[in-house]
Amino acid sequence: MSSSWSWFIVIGTVLSLAACFWLIAWTNRQRATDKEIKESESHVWDENIRELNNPLPMWWLWLFVLTIVWSAFYLIYYPGMGSFAGVGNWSQEQQYADEVAAAESKYAPIFAQYGATDIAELANDPAALSIGASLFSNYCAQCHGSGALGARGFPNLTDDEWLWGGAPAQIEHSIVAGRGGVMPALATIFASDEEIDAMVAYVRAMPDGLDASSPAHGKYMTLCIACHGPTGAGNQVLGAPSLVDDIWLYGSSPYEIRKSIIEGRNGIMPANGELLGPDRSRILAAYVYSLSNR
Amino acid sequence: MDKQLSYNDKVVRQFAIMTIVWGVVGMLVGVFIAAEMIWPGLSLDMPWLTFSRLRPLHTNAVIFAFGGSALFATAYYVVQRTCHVRLAFDRLAAFTFWGWQIVILLAAVTLPLGITQSKEYAELEWPIDLLIAVVWVAFAIVFLFTIGRRRVKHIYVANWFYAAFIITVAVLHIFNNLAIPVTLTKSYPIYTGVVDAMMQWWYGHNAVGFFLTAGFLGMMYYFVPKQAGRPIYSYRLSVVHFWALIAIYMWAGPHHLHYTSLPNWAQSLGMVFSVILLAPSWGGMINGIMTLSGAWHKLRTDPILKFMIVSLSFYGMSTFEGPMMSIKTVNALSHYTDWTIGHVHSGALGWVAMMTIGTMYCLIPRLFNKDAMYSTRLIDVHFWTSTIGVVLYAVSMWISGITQGLMWRALNDDGTLTYSFIESIKFTYPYYGIRLLGGLIFFAGMLVMVYNVYMTVRRVEPQAVPVIQPA
Repeated sequence: MSSSWSWFIVIGTVLSLAACFWLIAWTNRQRATDKEIKESESHVWDENIRELNNPLPMWWLWLFVLTIVWSAFYLIYYPGMGSFAGVGNWSQEQQYADEVAAAESKYAPIFAQYGATDIAELANDPAALSIGASLFSNYCAQCHGSGALGARGFPNLTDDEWLWGGAPAQIEHSIVAGRGGVMPALATIFASDEEIDAMVAYVRAMPDGLDASSPAHGKYMTLCIACHGPTGAGNQVLGAPSLVDDIWLYGSSPYEIRKSIIEGRNGIMPANGELLGPDRSRILAAYVYSLSNR
Repeated sequence: MDKQLSYNDKVVRQFAIMTIVWGVVGMLVGVFIAAEMIWPGLSLDMPWLTFSRLRPLHTNAVIFAFGGSALFATAYYVVQRTCHVRLAFDRLAAFTFWGWQIVILLAAVTLPLGITQSKEYAELEWPIDLLIAVVWVAFAIVFLFTIGRRRVKHIYVANWFYAAFIITVAVLHIFNNLAIPVTLTKSYPIYTGVVDAMMQWWYGHNAVGFFLTAGFLGMMYYFVPKQAGRPIYSYRLSVVHFWALIAIYMWAGPHHLHYTSLPNWAQSLGMVFSVILLAPSWGGMINGIMTLSGAWHKLRTDPILKFMIVSLSFYGMSTFEGPMMSIKTVNALSHYTDWTIGHVHSGALGWVAMMTIGTMYCLIPRLFNKDAMYSTRLIDVHFWTSTIGVVLYAVSMWISGITQGLMWRALNDDGTLTYSFIESIKFTYPYYGIRLLGGLIFFAGMLVMVYNVYMTVRRVEPQAVPVIQPA
C-alpha cells in the first residue's frame, strides 16, 4: 500500500471516530438549555405526532463511549490503520502459521511412531486404524463414500479388486502420488453406428468369454488389447480395468459402455502426499489395506 | 375538492396491497426451499426448482418485493402526513409503482431461469439493474420534492431515515452493479478479485443497514407513536443515533470477509466499526420502546402495538448479535454455519416483517376509510403465529449453527478431525425440520392477514383524504 493510501485510511478512520465523540459531546451540551428543549417539544406533525426531548440514557451513552475507546486500543494493537501493522504485530497469515506449527509439534510425534512401521503390520494396530478411519472420513469419503464402497467412477476399496494394485506399497503410492486412469475417446475409429453397437455388445458379453465370431473381435484384438490385454483381464500398471469381472466402474448399461468407448473416461485420484505428509499417508494406506484384508 | 388539497393515497394503497401479496409469495418460496433442505427431491429434477435458483428468488422477493413495497407505501404515506402536503408528481409516483412491479416480475422470471450476476442480494442482471436505478431515482425525486414543498418548518425524524435510505440505496445499487454487458443476460463486474468481494459486501451489509434498518426505522418513527398515541421519547436521541448509524454502517461490510484474502487492516476496521454500531442501533430501539412507556396497558388490548414492541425487541436482539458475530474470534465459529441464517431471520422476520405487518394493520384501515381492521382477534392470532414462528426459526438455527461450528473444529487426541462433514449435516436434520415448522407457522399467519385485509377492503370505494393544516 502506498503511503498516501495509508494516510487516507488513517485520516478517514480517525475522523469518523472523532465525529462520534463530537456528536456525543454536542448533544450532551444541549442538556443544559431548557429553552431549546421546550422549543423542540412544541413541534407537532399530522395532528398528534410529537417528540419529547429526554436526555440520553446514561448507560447507553457510556456503552457508546466504551466501544469507541475500545476501538482506539484495538487499532493500536491490531492492524487497521492503513499500513501500520499494530504494536501486537498480529496478522491472520501469522496466526495460521503459528497454529499449524503448534499442531505439528503436538501431533507429529503421534504420527511419527507409525511412519516407520510396515503397512501390513499397521493394519492390525487398532490405534493406527482409528486414526486412519478419521483421516479416511475427511479426506477420502467424499468420493469413495464413508463405507469405502465407492460410487460411479470411484472404485470400491473393500472388494480386493484393484485398478492399480492392492499391495501395501501400491496403495500407499496411490495415496501419495495419485493416479490418472485414461480411457481414450475412440469415436473416430468406428466407420458406422452399427460398428459401435457391435463393440458395445462385445464388451458387455466379455465376462462370459471373448466372442471370436463378433465383428468387433478384430478391433478389440488390435486396439483395446494394448491396455485391457488379450484375455480382457486389464493391466494394473496402466490402471486399465478388467473387462471380464462383474465390476463396472462407470456402469454396465449399453448407454454407459458406449459413452466410455466413444467419449473416453478420465479417472483422477489426486495426490495427497504433500497435504498429508509421509506418516499420515502411511497410516491411511494401512487403513485402506485393512478394508479388504480383514 | 381541488386535487392539491388531498393526499395522493392511490399509490400508497397500491404499494400496501402489493406488500401483502409479495409477502405471501416470498415467504411461500422460503418455506419451499426450507423443505428442499430436508427433501432435496422436491426440485423434481427441474433446474428451475433447485435450491440454488429459488434461494435468490426468496431473498429478492422478501427484501425487495415485500420489504420494498412496504417502504414505498409508508414513505409516500408518512412524507405527505408529516409535511402536510400532497405527494409531488402524481405520474412519477405512479411510474415508481409500475416500474417496481415490473422489476419484481422480471426477477421472478430470470432468477429461476438461472440468469444471475452471482452477487448476493444483487443477483439481477444489468437490464433489470438499469430499470431499478431509474425507478429509484424517480422515488428519490418524488420523496425529496415532497419534502421541499412541506408546509412545516421542521422535517420529522421519520423523513430523515427515509431520505437516508433512499439516497444511500441509490449509491450502493449503482456502484455495486457497475458491469460490462456481454449479452442481454450476461455481464461481468468492472471490479476484480478481492475488490469485487469488498464492493459486494460494502453493498450487501449496507443493504441490511439502509434498506432493512434505516428505512424501517423511518416506518417505526411514524407508526409507533401514531399507534401508541404517545410522543417520541427523545428528539436528542434520534439525532445522535441517526447520524451515528448512517456514518458507521458504511464501514461494517468487511466483517463478511473475515479470514479471507481481504487485507488484515480492512478486516479490522470492518470489525471495529461493527462493534461501535451497537450503541447507535440500540438508540432506535430505546426510542421506540420508551415511546410506549406510559402506554404499556395498551399492549393488553392492541395486537398492533404488540407487533411493534416485539419487532423492536428483535431489532435490539439482532443488533446485539450482529456486532458480536463480527468479532473475529466469534466469527471464526459462526461463519458459514446456520447461525448466520438464524441471525438474518431474527432480523428479517422478527424486526422487518413484524414491523411491516403491524404497520400495515395500522395503515390499511386509514387508506380505505375504515376505523379499524375487520377483525382485531385475527390480528392477535397473526401476532402469535408470527412470534412462535420466528422463535422456532431462530432458536433451531442457533442450535444447528453453533453445533456445526463446534463439530467442524472438534479434534481427536491425535489431531485428526472428530467429525466428517456429512456427520454435521446429519446432525442438522431435526433442526431443519423445526425451521420448516417455524417458517410454515409464520407463513400461515400471513394467510390470516390476507383474509383479514380482504374482509376490510372489499366493496370499499376509497375517498380522498384532505390535507391537514399544519398545527
